[in-house]
Amino acid sequence: MNWFTTLFTSTLGRKLLMALTGLFLILFLLVHLIGNLQLLNDDGGKSFNLYAEFMSKNPLIQIVSKGNFFFILLHITVSLFLSIKNRNSRGSERYAVTSGNNSPWASRNMGVLGTLVLVFLVIHLKDFWAAMHFTEMPKAIYDGVEYRDIYSVVALWFAKGWYVGLYVFCMLAVGFHLWHGFASAFQTLGLNHQKYNPIIVFVGRTFAVVVPALFAWIPLNMFFF
Amino acid sequence: MKITLKIWRQKDSNSKGAFKTYVAEHVSPDMSFLEMLDVLNNDLIRKGEESIAFDHDCREGICGMCSLYINGHPHGPLQTTTCQLHMRSFKDGETITIEPWRAKAFPVVKDLVVDRSAFDRIQQSGGYVSVNTGGVPDANEIPIPKKIADEAFDAATCIGCGACVAACKNASAMLFVSAKVSQFALLPQGKPERKERVEKMVAQMDAEGFGACTNTGACEAECPKGISITNIARMNREYFSAITTSYEVAVKGGD
Repeated sequence: MNWFTTLFTSTLGRKLLMALTGLFLILFLLVHLIGNLQLLNDDGGKSFNLYAEFMSKNPLIQIVSKGNFFFILLHITVSLFLSIKNRNSRGSERYAVTSGNNSPWASRNMGVLGTLVLVFLVIHLKDFWAAMHFTEMPKAIYDGVEYRDIYSVVALWFAKGWYVGLYVFCMLAVGFHLWHGFASAFQTLGLNHQKYNPIIVFVGRTFAVVVPALFAWIPLNMFFF
Repeated sequence: MKITLKIWRQKDSNSKGAFKTYVAEHVSPDMSFLEMLDVLNNDLIRKGEESIAFDHDCREGICGMCSLYINGHPHGPLQTTTCQLHMRSFKDGETITIEPWRAKAFPVVKDLVVDRSAFDRIQQSGGYVSVNTGGVPDANEIPIPKKIADEAFDAATCIGCGACVAACKNASAMLFVSAKVSQFALLPQGKPERKERVEKMVAQMDAEGFGACTNTGACEAECPKGISITNIARMNREYFSAITTSYEVAVKGGD
């Protein structure tokens, strides 16, 4: 086996893929959030629609977007490989008594949290991404130019209480996933140093709270105000 | 003290095991956990029953031979080896569940005894340094910063008991392997085999069927020697740099 195959079939190499794709997706979340915050501008959705138009037309964004889908799939696929290996590693007999007080809850439930995020992602892509790409959209005209009015689609969904509830719940899952995932990615990459560990943990936990909270704030704001 | 014990009994690696309940009536709080089992075994032998098999050797907390998964924790509720655990850590009337280490790479031999030779094979694959023959080198010939020496020594205190594997939800051996990689990687004496070592040891670890690391930190929390997961990050670093830059070596696991 050559070194390349050896690396990516080893547990460490697979964890490396998890960390790298995870960190990319963290960056994606940040960019996505900045875009979504346009929904809060009180201009009838103009800035959001212009942003959506820019994102779906810009060739560079299109390439990154393809990469993003690929990294999501890679993150999921590798996690499945690892989860199966990890499960088998315990052996046929499992512990009768286990204790959870030796590790944080989120770190032990990344698979469950990730699955919740995946379910959210499917719903989310169907309602917004697929709606925008594959269905007839309402139109909005700004300065004589016609744009697809994705804002009105979003506003329609976020007027439904149960949908907003689901969205907020899923953001909780994202938050817990990030709470562990952010710093964990650095540990996996071997980027561990007593001078920087507190910074990584602080930034990771702040990110895990602030970013999902802002994501959740958007539908809550549109529903209640 | 009166203690109820639910103990895993298994005839051999091929048989199916099950829990059996025993009651230890007169347990002194000053007994070590293993002494409590010794007394129980004496009673069983007197009654003509088969005694409970468990691993132990030095009983001083330094050999790494004792194991036992006690009430959901390897080596019980304290961060120490089972031999250094005393019955005063338990309450009168308490029920204690004792299981063997559970890992595919650590098959049960009998009752609470597991075969940990997977660790030996990982060590044999790369956990050594070259020592030249010739005159005795001066002890302080190579200057090593105190902090580095201490860090290497901390990693070297790993006794290879396997509590990290037992505690990990993935039965991962990363804490053990990383400690063994670190103790040499940090020191100049470990430099000649530095890259080869980490590649071979990781390959052997994977071949033995241990799981991957989820960075839960459970291993560090349960390790009787307090080995830090900083070592795992160091091993990852060593591995990624070794595999991308080393000369070609056979890195597949196996005997």
